[in-house]
Amino acid sequence: MSTLEIRGLEVSVITDKGAIEILKGVDLTIRSGETHAIMGPNGSGKSTLAYSIAGHPKYTVTGGSVILDGADVLAMKVDERAKAGLFLAMQYPVEVPGVSVSNFLRTAATALRGEAPKLRTWVGEVKAAMNALNMDPGFSERNVNEGFSGGEKKRHEIMQLELLRPKIAILDETDSGLDVDALRIVSEGVNRAKAANDLGVLLITHYTRILRYIKPDFVHVFANGHIVEEGGPELADKLEEKGYAEYVGS
Amino acid sequence: MSVLATNYLTPTGREEAWRFTPLNRLAGLHDGTSTTVERKSLALKGDLQPGVRASRISRELVPSVSESSDAIVARVHSEVEDVFVLDIADDTHLADAVHLFRSAGGSDGAELSQVRINVGANSTASVVVENSGSAILGEDIEIVLAPGAHLTFITLQEWANDSIHTARHHAILDRDSTFKSVTITVGGSLVRLLPTVEFTGPGSFADLSGVYFATAGQHLEHRIHIDHGVPKAKSRVNYKGALSGEGAHTVWIGDVFIRAAAEGTDTYELNRNLLLSDGARADSVPNLEIETGEIVGAGHASTTGRFDDEQLFYLMSRGIPVDEARRLVVRGFFAEIISHIEDEEIQERLMVRIDSELEKVGQ
Ligand SMILES: Nc1ncnc2c1ncn2[C@@H]1O[C@H](COP(=O)(O)OP(=O)(O)OP(=O)(O)O)[C@@H](O)[C@H]1O
Ligand SMILES: [Mg+2]
Repeated sequence: MSTLEIRGLEVSVITDKGAIEILKGVDLTIRSGETHAIMGPNGSGKSTLAYSIAGHPKYTVTGGSVILDGADVLAMKVDERAKAGLFLAMQYPVEVPGVSVSNFLRTAATALRGEAPKLRTWVGEVKAAMNALNMDPGFSERNVNEGFSGGEKKRHEIMQLELLRPKIAILDETDSGLDVDALRIVSEGVNRAKAANDLGVLLITHYTRILRYIKPDFVHVFANGHIVEEGGPELADKLEEKGYAEYVGS
Repeated sequence: MSVLATNYLTPTGREEAWRFTPLNRLAGLHDGTSTTVERKSLALKGDLQPGVRASRISRELVPSVSESSDAIVARVHSEVEDVFVLDIADDTHLADAVHLFRSAGGSDGAELSQVRINVGANSTASVVVENSGSAILGEDIEIVLAPGAHLTFITLQEWANDSIHTARHHAILDRDSTFKSVTITVGGSLVRLLPTVEFTGPGSFADLSGVYFATAGQHLEHRIHIDHGVPKAKSRVNYKGALSGEGAHTVWIGDVFIRAAAEGTDTYELNRNLLLSDGARADSVPNLEIETGEIVGAGHASTTGRFDDEQLFYLMSRGIPVDEARRLVVRGFFAEIISHIEDEEIQERLMVRIDSELEKVGQ
């Protein structure tokens, strides 16, 4: 049983013109087994929240705390956060030229598990994970995300989610760019990870479609750098219908 | 021992060809103030395969087959007693690479060395030249490819860090021949290489690639010169370098000339540099001169950049520690070239060497 507690989180980006405040006090608690959906307009700070939890160097935390099972996440290096059990499926996964998927996955699994996985079982494990996500086994030998289509990158993220077995996963628009079939396949992957590891999920999305496959326990509306409303699954339907007009501006 | 004569135009450092080179670190190779030693450090390793002959032949019997305006090359041509000649007969297909070793083991004086590699018509061969140890070496390697010859030519500059090495690798490509070179420079205090190509027949292809890694105080210079003087020849150049540490300096020059007669030329050259720390400097100068518009293609690109934080973040977000993430990214950067070396032992040795160069970065 794990708990990720985000309290009063304030985050800025440093630009040539000085610091710009993006997150203005985010409060959110995610427990094992729970699925939280975050919906909100473009530019409201959803990815900033996701990256800040994962420790991206571009973002500067200016206030608040992030605690995972009592441990101070903000004091950890990026790799330590992964070792503590956090995982971020990125909105725009990064290409790493010259590094094969198989080498990358094995290096990551070795780091996270503390020892190199046994080669024979590992090969089978990777194959099964690829198979389950309808990925061609040839992806193993390709370079990480290099030349992958948008949808292939997202499948690759969820494949890592299944192989690396985190406690809490943040999925940043994993559904964007997926065709109908891929959306179902990827969602099934997330649900498998939930079932296998009692995973807690923070799912950032613009569409209710994915929520038909991955049922949220809570829906949060994100606007202007913080959470402005919270509710159950019915809130997502309301947003789809009415948009964010009542939460932004005026 | 003999003092080098100074009957060539001695570089002053103002010449275009010498403007990046710290002449004061050349130990007098360029101006004749170095003393030469009678050392013949180049040796063949292993047994001769059928169709291969290696010999030392008096200089008068093996005159140079090319011109060079380089003062040190000119000196090599006039000073050496004999030439190391490697002959590969016509219609020979070598199963294994021919390995030449130079384990210099001495910087008490300068060695001048001339090498000739002749690849016979319609033959296929690989030649690997491995340089290690301490040396002051002025070298000229002329490579002559007969029609239809295919040569893979790998040179490894894994010198000790006090070595001084200047060399020209000049390839002359006759009709339908292929010259594939991989130039690896990781050791040495000052290394200045001139990989040059001259086409004498159409349908030929020169594919030049290289990897260099300069750490504190090293000057590693590669000056490529490709002369398209005949129709329908093709050239590709791809060099990648990494630099780290105070005073690490790399120079990459890519001169490509397409003469009026060279219709149907297809050329592209690329140089990428990765700066791993402050205090290092990469000079990269591609240069294309075209005298005919009737070509298939001609282009170049050159980039010099720092570590990609996004790549590091991505790897680290999967639990990979920072040192290992850096190692993966740098290995990945070089993999494009190193993974094409058809010798796994050399591939692995180079990757380990790159890892160890990288370990110096954090210090
Ligand atoms: N370097 C920067 N300079 C100025 N503004 C920045 C910089 N980096 C991020 N921002 C701004 O921060 C805000 C939040 O961006 P973020 O990516 O978190 O939004 P988002 O909610 O994920 O949007 P989307 O739904 O489009 O993915 C945006 O307005 C963005 O322009
Ligand atoms: Mg976003």
